[in-house]
Amino acid sequence: MSGTDGSARPPAGTDVRELTHDLVARALAAGARAADAMAAEGDGLAVGVRLGEVEKLKRSRQRRAGLRVFVGDATAIVSTADFSPEGLAALARDAVALARATAPDPHAGLPDPAELAGEQPDLDLHDPAVERLEPEQALAWARDAESAALAAAPEITNSEGAEFAADAGLVAYASSLGFVGAYAGSSVSLAVVPVATRDGAMQRDSWYTAHRKLAGLEPPAEVGREAARRTLRRLGARRPPTGECPVVFEPEAAASLLRHLAGAIAGSALYRRMSFLLDRLGEQVASQAVTVVDDPLRPAGPASRPFDGEGVRQTRRTIVERGVLVSYLLDSYSARRLGLRTTGHAVRSVGDAPGVAPTNFVLEPGPHRPEAIIASVRSGLYVTELIGFGVNPVTGDYSRGAAGLWIENGELAHPVEELTIAGNLRDMLRDIEMVGSDLRVRNAIAAPTLKIARMTVAGA
Amino acid sequence: MEVVKPERFFHERFGLSDRALERVLGTALGRRADWADLYFEFRVNQTASLEEGAVKKATRNVSQGVGVRVVAGARSGYAHSDEVSLERLELAARAAATIAEQRGAAIALPATRATAAAHDLYPVARPPVDTPTADQVALLQRLDAVARATDPCITNVFAGIAIEHRVVLVVTSAGAVVGDVRPLVHLSVTCIAERGGRREQGSYGGGGRYAFDTLLDGRAERFAREAARQALTNLAAADAPAGTMTVVLGPGWPGVLLHEAIGHGLEGDFNRKRVSAFTDRVGTRVASEMCTVVDDGTIAERRGSLNVDDEGTPTQRTVLIERGILRGYLQDRLNAAAMRMTPTGNGRRESFAHLPMPRMTNTFMLAGEDAPEDVIRSVDRGLYAVYFGGGQVDITSGKFVFSASEAYLIEGGKVTRPVRGATLIGNGPDVLTRITRVGADLRLDEGIGTCGKDGQSVPVGVGLPTVRIDGLTVGGTQA
Repeated sequence: MSGTDGSARPPAGTDVRELTHDLVARALAAGARAADAMAAEGDGLAVGVRLGEVEKLKRSRQRRAGLRVFVGDATAIVSTADFSPEGLAALARDAVALARATAPDPHAGLPDPAELAGEQPDLDLHDPAVERLEPEQALAWARDAESAALAAAPEITNSEGAEFAADAGLVAYASSLGFVGAYAGSSVSLAVVPVATRDGAMQRDSWYTAHRKLAGLEPPAEVGREAARRTLRRLGARRPPTGECPVVFEPEAAASLLRHLAGAIAGSALYRRMSFLLDRLGEQVASQAVTVVDDPLRPAGPASRPFDGEGVRQTRRTIVERGVLVSYLLDSYSARRLGLRTTGHAVRSVGDAPGVAPTNFVLEPGPHRPEAIIASVRSGLYVTELIGFGVNPVTGDYSRGAAGLWIENGELAHPVEELTIAGNLRDMLRDIEMVGSDLRVRNAIAAPTLKIARMTVAGA
Repeated sequence: MEVVKPERFFHERFGLSDRALERVLGTALGRRADWADLYFEFRVNQTASLEEGAVKKATRNVSQGVGVRVVAGARSGYAHSDEVSLERLELAARAAATIAEQRGAAIALPATRATAAAHDLYPVARPPVDTPTADQVALLQRLDAVARATDPCITNVFAGIAIEHRVVLVVTSAGAVVGDVRPLVHLSVTCIAERGGRREQGSYGGGGRYAFDTLLDGRAERFAREAARQALTNLAAADAPAGTMTVVLGPGWPGVLLHEAIGHGLEGDFNRKRVSAFTDRVGTRVASEMCTVVDDGTIAERRGSLNVDDEGTPTQRTVLIERGILRGYLQDRLNAAAMRMTPTGNGRRESFAHLPMPRMTNTFMLAGEDAPEDVIRSVDRGLYAVYFGGGQVDITSGKFVFSASEAYLIEGGKVTRPVRGATLIGNGPDVLTRITRVGADLRLDEGIGTCGKDGQSVPVGVGLPTVRIDGLTVGGTQA
């Protein structure tokens, strides 16, 4: 964040792009056969208010560089925040020494040069206004959001607060294939967590808005009112009976199912045989109502990028078409392991080897209004929140804590809590009976309202 | 790596004098703040990972930085940078100090305590970070062989060693200078078992603030055999039951129950804000008389232990529940002062890039009197859960979950068939009131826990004797 109040900015002249190029050269000089480097720098501002009072004001500044080397067929990854000449020289030496201690892997290496991104498109990922944002403005928006929540009803008695966060930075990547690339990005978000009380029992819920650009955020007061609505509707929750019933997932909860799908078709899980969707390419893995698209080039998309974590070209891809799995998500390593070509899904953090993850991964909207989906259920569950980690990626076994509303004769009847929903993801994907028309892409992974024909609910 | 006192380490590394730091603290404090501190950190993280019988990946990450905090009332200003220089410190101090110019009622913070670390809980002759990579590779390869030797159905083994070396120094506006050098080693093993077209996994691991060689006392091999055994057990598992039933938890890691059901709800920040299901409940019954629960950051070599917390306060043993009665909260400085309580040495942060918060250390229930076999024998029909994945809690409603990864049916007082993993859900303020048996077999976990809160991860420990809970919801598929 820039500003006149003594904020932290990188010193002028710092060029992370040059730095990555330099690190690759040092690695080759130290004995590496091939190398790639990544550097990231960024500044952040986060403010929090609670019950109208300022509670937190935080400024951050980060700059890190990472280097991956291939010595013969052996690999190592190192990173540092020490940018002194000695620090950078040590980084390359350490990397090569570390690689010599690991076992050769014939599949290790950089991507096929033909796969690299040529022209790097401007995806509108950076908003200069984010860097100019003053804490006073951020605090004012947080206050507006929280006060709208507090004013919504007398039963909103307390708050965990509202937080506004803004980050902006630059990512650079270079490899010994001659690739050099960099792009700037920004992100802003505003979240509110009101607390409501009735008959001595408290409930909290939250709502948020997030975007690459300040102008893309929803009005703070609307965020606050939505947070209040979500919190108030949880008051008076009971436990549902144990049994099987249809389950409708609100969009935020539905997106979590898409995350499990993405994990199961990631090359890293497939070659390790740690997926419940092994060897299913070209087969029906979900109901015909399901089409999933991954689009790294979506303008101003939350996960958009001009190249992936290995410099590979980005393309919009259909992943699931009317329920048929038409593409895995692959980086170059997992692609070589599976005898396929990379799909440009390498994600790279500065200090680790590339992993595999989707970009903007969206379940396309269907024909049904969410009200119509609820109306189709005689007796069932509407899930608004999922908690816990009860998903087995190898078997697809699924058992998670949930909260939401009970559907009675096609209408949301009363809130429910302290329950679990269970099934197997293979069946759950096939049993998606209705897809809502209410898609909104706020996060990288997004879905509309979904209805699964039948799951086991455990409650009282 | 040479082990030097943290004060000297940072002074030498960044060329900062005591006088310079005093000046920075003066800038941070300004005229209106109550309190300021500087948090220096230097950290090395190393990993080595094995898959398909070979260690094909190793990483080494070095991070360093400083955070400047200014506290005025319940407000915190924070600025951090991974560039440690006097100029950067002054800038950060000025940025953090802007918080004190905001309006709000002031509260007094307690004076600092002794400046020397009160404990020496993890002296190591050779820090684990100095372990030659070749030794780590050799151990991982041995574990691969051990796991595969348990059964031909074990088709793949993933094993990893993660080592951390963290040097921290807290310098406060009250003149305290407290440092800590924190070693941490962690070993994890995951096995895949395949039989008749069915595939399952099992995971086990452990570690602590001890030398790498401690892993070589036989425990590493035990972890590998446990992971393999779990995967094989799960190959034979039937669908788990659904509904509310009696649950017996085995000793050790199932103590994650305490972490989720009561631990988070007793953290000072949630209670100061009055958003915890435990707000105002000190002195009231929240568990059966058999239950005494403590948080203890002072146990030697434990993953969750610290000589001092990340605000320089010595860690301690804090009684949370005594014979069923809620006794106290876990506090950092800010929240303790606001609640007119004493800091309990639970002010922790993930790194210099984070503000401290009240966090758990090692949280466990003291042993009872029952023989564990008798606890199981007392149940006609129920679930016996011995190993878990993670858990989560909604602090405000008190509802919490934790997910079993190894569980069995109890039928007629006997442990019978294994069942698939299932999430258990309950209500924090009343789940411990349903405990009707507490075993004499208290065990602490092997050292695998990582707790996430507000985006910050810290290592923690848990512990539990065998307990019987009369009425917990089991989230299987068999209604």
